[in-house]
Amino acid sequence: MNAPLTPPRRWDTQSQNRAARLGRAAAFARGRHVAAADARALLEAVLEPGDRVCLEGNNQKQADFLAKTLVSVDPARVHDLHMVQSVLALPEHIDVFERGIATKLDFSFSGPQGARLAKLVSAGRIDIGAIHTYLELFGRYFTDLTPRVSLIAAQAADAAGNLYTGPNTEDTPVIVEATAFKRGIVIAQVNEVVDTLPRIDIPADWVDFVIPAPTPAYVEPLFTRDPAQISEVQVLMAMMAIQGIYAEYGVQRLNHGIGFDTAAIELLLPTYGESLGLKGKICRHWALNPHPALIPAIEAGWVESVHSFGGELGMEAYTAARPDVFFTGPDGSMRSNRALCQAAGHYACDLFIGSTLQIDLAGNSSTATLGRIAGFGGAPNMGADARGRRHASPAWLKAGEQARAGSSRMPRGQKLVVQMVETFREHMAPAFVEQLDAWELAEQAGMPLPPVMIYGEDVTHILTEEGIANLLLCRTAGEREQAIRGVAGYTAVGLGRDRRAVENLRDRGVIRRPEDLGIDKRLASRDLLAAKSMKDLVRASGGLYDPPKRFRNW
Amino acid sequence: METLRFEYLGGTPPAVQAPTLTGVVGSGNLEVLVEAAPGSGSCVIEITTAAVGFGHIWQAVIDDFHARHGLCDLRISVNDVGATPAVVSLRLDQAIETFLGDAA
Amino acid sequence: MNAHRHSYYEAGARERLHGLLDAGSFRELLGPAERMTSPHLPPLDAPVAFDDGVVVGRGRLAGRSVLAGAQEGGFNGGAVGEVHGAKLTGLLERALDERPAAVLLLVESGGVRLHEANAGLIAVSEVMRAVLAVRSAGIPVLVLDGGQFGCFGGMGIVARCCDAIVISEEGRLGLSGPEVIETTCGVEEFDSRDRALVWRTVGGKHRYLLGEADVLVADDIGAFREAAIRLLDTVPDLSLDALDAEHGRLAARLERFGTCRDALDIWSALGIGQPARLPLLDTDEFLTATADRRA
Repeated sequence: MNAPLTPPRRWDTQSQNRAARLGRAAAFARGRHVAAADARALLEAVLEPGDRVCLEGNNQKQADFLAKTLVSVDPARVHDLHMVQSVLALPEHIDVFERGIATKLDFSFSGPQGARLAKLVSAGRIDIGAIHTYLELFGRYFTDLTPRVSLIAAQAADAAGNLYTGPNTEDTPVIVEATAFKRGIVIAQVNEVVDTLPRIDIPADWVDFVIPAPTPAYVEPLFTRDPAQISEVQVLMAMMAIQGIYAEYGVQRLNHGIGFDTAAIELLLPTYGESLGLKGKICRHWALNPHPALIPAIEAGWVESVHSFGGELGMEAYTAARPDVFFTGPDGSMRSNRALCQAAGHYACDLFIGSTLQIDLAGNSSTATLGRIAGFGGAPNMGADARGRRHASPAWLKAGEQARAGSSRMPRGQKLVVQMVETFREHMAPAFVEQLDAWELAEQAGMPLPPVMIYGEDVTHILTEEGIANLLLCRTAGEREQAIRGVAGYTAVGLGRDRRAVENLRDRGVIRRPEDLGIDKRLASRDLLAAKSMKDLVRASGGLYDPPKRFRNW
Repeated sequence: METLRFEYLGGTPPAVQAPTLTGVVGSGNLEVLVEAAPGSGSCVIEITTAAVGFGHIWQAVIDDFHARHGLCDLRISVNDVGATPAVVSLRLDQAIETFLGDAA
Repeated sequence: MNAHRHSYYEAGARERLHGLLDAGSFRELLGPAERMTSPHLPPLDAPVAFDDGVVVGRGRLAGRSVLAGAQEGGFNGGAVGEVHGAKLTGLLERALDERPAAVLLLVESGGVRLHEANAGLIAVSEVMRAVLAVRSAGIPVLVLDGGQFGCFGGMGIVARCCDAIVISEEGRLGLSGPEVIETTCGVEEFDSRDRALVWRTVGGKHRYLLGEADVLVADDIGAFREAAIRLLDTVPDLSLDALDAEHGRLAARLERFGTCRDALDIWSALGIGQPARLPLLDTDEFLTATADRRA
């Protein structure tokens, strides 16, 4: 007798399922093209309850038409979706949960929607899988969180369905690759359909449906900082960063967080940096979005390369005209890619510098505040020592030596991770605290860990208007605490310092005041900025930079 | 609004100068009026601030300011709209520099 | 970029006066040490400024005696309160006694200080009356407009009551400010956050092309100074003929441009080629591109 017959295992169920979805959708498509008016019917045909869906939400570019369309589907037909997307930026990103279309969420960053997200989580309407960094979430797209359906945004499509994402690419390549190569469905909204694309960023056979959106995809000029708003305190801190850290370590490859503090550094390179003879010695290679504030340094010949996570509104013509510096395609327009730039920022950069909202006595920092679930974005990957790094550079080696001096630990380098904060933010909110709000938030929202953006063990320097604390040189937890208190100004943490211990740390160079660095505070005026206004940036770009309307005063 | 007054005895009297005004009464900013008070032997600092309840921080900021310059025979008047200690210290230093610099 | 430029837009009121007048010549009247502060703000628990947001005094311009007042936009947007207005009125009335070569008004104001209500309104009307008295005494009153807050409301009217206006591209001049227009007429009518729209409507270049501002200068205190010097010999003309001529000019302007929806339409109607490029041009290029094309 034969053994009982078991049906042979099927190895193509995903393909079968995909074919069924495409079959249901066929009525609404002509080739790959679907009219905007049929978008809702398409989604209802393609989506199945419980699907993992990536609704492309980035820092800047938003698949806003598809977001609105998804909110409009019938929750009786489409429900219990599991959203896997990097950023919750639009109200619709939360609306899908309020309407009962989606119930589960894995994400990275929720900046503008942080408060609504927190409310829905505490009401039990959203089940958060985890809050990730960008690279982690992308990693999970290729392991256990692969999207079944992805709703993405591109600049243009051609008749065949090839896509041009243009300068603002961001997450699109990663999303499409994960979805298309695991038999998922990719639906793209495009601003226009053209006969010939400037270049093909995504080939048509990775894309299932293309919908011309009624209005162009929303893009936020997230990285534009008007130099007119940079304060003299920020100029002073930028001088300290350049002299006390960039020059000190010879930092060649770096990433800047968003903010006026870092914009001030960019604008001081061709003036203050030049006066210190640092051109060519620091800041040559960047993992950075095309910051308008970097234009004067680029024009002055400081910058050799910039690779970007995304684009920046108004910088299209400028980046296209500087192909030696920016990554551009054969058509001339810029190419960006968040996953690759995050990898560059993590492994190839010697320094990350950025701001935060709160720092505790161990140097842990967080942007989480009560009542908001903000997430992480890219800062934790930028602002963490790359433990897997093996290649050496002078800056990396020097930081590693400082951390290991006097010990017998195996020699290795370390990334410079700098937290740059004024001791008080506006409304006298202290940047230094005994305990991060993150602890209480974790308890409220039932998170497994307090949402720490950058762990104290990764922070190498804390820079405030009072001075620089070099945590690499601290040998005990007590020293570390006093080094932090010693630059915490008039906050309660700062006032609680042991003055003798702080003076001792200053003598050892662990704490350095502006005067210890030879910085004349009286020179810290806005006159040092290579551009003091948006118009100065336009002039510096030779008229190539075209700022968004809201940043203009002409 | 809250009014604070600090007085420090002793120090170096500067040459008598005309009053000077530094800074602007705008959000996150302050103005500092420095006037000579010949023969008073003290440095009096009067502050009117829109940020109520930060007297202990002002005390620390002004203590450090007086320790930095060690001047007497001065009357310093401040109108503040919630400036941070960093901005206050900077503005006070600029004000003293302007007051003394007019002589130099 | 001209490294020697000293931005008028970025400077404060005193810095502007010191840069504008002959070096070291400015003497402030009723200075901050007099503590002539607003009586209306403390009851509202609002901060006062020792000079109530306006600096007045006398100095010399190209060697000639002038009186000058400068509003500080950083304090309540340069808004006119009772003391602030009285300082300007007093300055103008002093001109009747001292007979300087000119009175210079470095305006930067959103108009009447709302905290002071009627007292502020009366103060502005007193300034207007004083301006006309000074002009009718044959002394020119010259306006400089290039600050961060522009010149709106009652001060917009004051400015247009004077003999001449020097404006920079950054300067703005109008009656209702952009936010007021949007609140009153709706965002479809005027989007105050569209800063390019705001500037091409109330900004210096457009005001110059319309003939409301007389001189357009770069954002440089030195350029304002040169323009003011050239205007020192302006002879005020308050005759009926002059007023009739001005009314006729305004009626003709309304006739010609009344149907335009946007400043760009007006610039086209003025026969200026490629009007969309005007906002991007530097002052010199702009003046060349628009030569003989003003309304």
